[in-house]
Amino acid sequence: MSSATPTRPDSSSNLLVALGVAVVVAAVVVVGLLWFLISGGYFAAFGRWLYTSDVGAGLRYVLVALAMLVPVLLSTAVLIYAERKIWGSVHLRRGPNVVGPWGVLQAFADFGKFIIKEPVIPAGANKGVFLLAPLVSVVLAFAGWAVVPVSDGWVVADINVGILYLFAVSSLGVYGIIMAGWASNSKYPLLSALRSAAQMVSYEVSIGFVIVTVLLCAGSLNLSDIVRAQDTRFGFLGWYWLPLFPMFIIFFISALAETNRPPFDLTEAESELVAGYMVEYSASLFLLQFLTELVAVLLMSSMTAILFLGGWLSPLPFAPFTWVPGVIWFLIKAWFVVFCFSMVKAFVPRYRFDQLMRLGWKVFLPISLFMVVLVAAVLEFTGLGAHVSG
Amino acid sequence: MAEAVLFWIFSTILVGSAIAVIMARNPVHSVLFLILAFVCAAGLFLIMGAEFLAMILVVVYVGAVAVLFLFVVMMLDVDFARMKQGFVEYLPQGLLIAFVVGAELVYVVSGWSASPKAAAAATPSGTLSNTAALGQVLYTRYFYFFQAAGMILLTAMIGAIVITLQHKAGVKRQDIGAQVGRTREAAVELRKVPSRVGL
Repeated sequence: MSSATPTRPDSSSNLLVALGVAVVVAAVVVVGLLWFLISGGYFAAFGRWLYTSDVGAGLRYVLVALAMLVPVLLSTAVLIYAERKIWGSVHLRRGPNVVGPWGVLQAFADFGKFIIKEPVIPAGANKGVFLLAPLVSVVLAFAGWAVVPVSDGWVVADINVGILYLFAVSSLGVYGIIMAGWASNSKYPLLSALRSAAQMVSYEVSIGFVIVTVLLCAGSLNLSDIVRAQDTRFGFLGWYWLPLFPMFIIFFISALAETNRPPFDLTEAESELVAGYMVEYSASLFLLQFLTELVAVLLMSSMTAILFLGGWLSPLPFAPFTWVPGVIWFLIKAWFVVFCFSMVKAFVPRYRFDQLMRLGWKVFLPISLFMVVLVAAVLEFTGLGAHVSG
Repeated sequence: MAEAVLFWIFSTILVGSAIAVIMARNPVHSVLFLILAFVCAAGLFLIMGAEFLAMILVVVYVGAVAVLFLFVVMMLDVDFARMKQGFVEYLPQGLLIAFVVGAELVYVVSGWSASPKAAAAATPSGTLSNTAALGQVLYTRYFYFFQAAGMILLTAMIGAIVITLQHKAGVKRQDIGAQVGRTREAAVELRKVPSRVGL
């Protein structure tokens, strides 16, 4: 490596070799350990213990929840990278390309930066509420994932009122923002909080009506049942995006507003409010607020995939396509919606606040209200909506 | 066992936060405690098996009503010293009202049983989920009351709109239809400007 001429040491190849050796050693250790545990019957005993004892049941809940939360957290890292690459491509830039190969480790580098910085709490802030706000946001953002079915039966809590739970949790998301804005004791965050409260309450109304039309068609509040109701012989033409097309569009736009995404990111409009409710937040507290937004985007995308794009169902309901595991179809659909979210951010200019309110109250509310009546009437008079499973 | 533990946790927090609502010095803290109380009440509903009511409580009260409370309280300029001024003066009347309301509550509630074991009565039949059961009762037996409640809410809504609606003269409002309906011919006018004359 080193020679007479002082050149820049090629540290990356050394690092790669070390990494490779470490991976091989780790793989051997893991395989050996697995072999020992399986051949000794420890796994079978552990499995029985999980299902028989009370402590085991508790541990099972924790493990199931982790099986959901860890992929969600990893998805947020992918989301950051994917979005920045997409915006880069739209702007004819390269996007993140320095940290790791093709810049894929950018999100982790940002993460590391945020957690080693010092969180600054402003002197005039209401300390308790200031610290509580990011926690409330992030807990609520993750709580929604409890009822999301990623495949048939792959759901943490298959509750009867799943869709209402999701709606409730997403409507509580506004508290993180209001509390942050008020507790910061600063004028931009307060204005941002007021905007956010008005915006999220307004768009919840139309989201609620969209959900009602889907419920009328599906006849159930359970998210798995809503997906199963879309399982017709027409494949992707039978998913609710086509029969309820206007509602699909309204839901997508309302989801943008509900997650404070562009073109409705008036709560953090940098030209007016610096960074809105996040102005006074730094380091790990900021990271939590930032994470909340990303998780909310993923949750809304998953919700769109479940309500309108048939969740885990295959688009073509015959052999080679139905062999593909449902979770793959679900991921494809959810990430397609995420891609649409990113593209909207890339090329739609920001709305003005009065335009936003006009769109919510004077356009979406009447249309969605009318559609609820129309869908109910169609289902009633054609006899399609006769079955109510519960 | 787990239900009993959750019941005591939720009810303790509920009563504690309800007391904190009236004891907190900061009105925003009061509203936040009120929200905590709502959420705990929803938790109690869940333990009783009334999952639909629990979710509706969270969506309507916590997700919408309490947001507006918080919204208003954050904007108010509350003077605590002045608010506390008449405290001793009004204390006898306040205590009297509290006693009357409290006695009524005790009279009504004494017939109920407040324990984790009360959960059995929540779901009327095994086949229907309580969302469907609630819907059937609401839209058959109590249909007229339901409609009457709807009409009252509609009246209140119209009243609120009438109070706040005002058309100020001289305010330029945006007419989106007119903006979108504009053509190039109507919007752009090209003129030949003679030199030293102008338009």
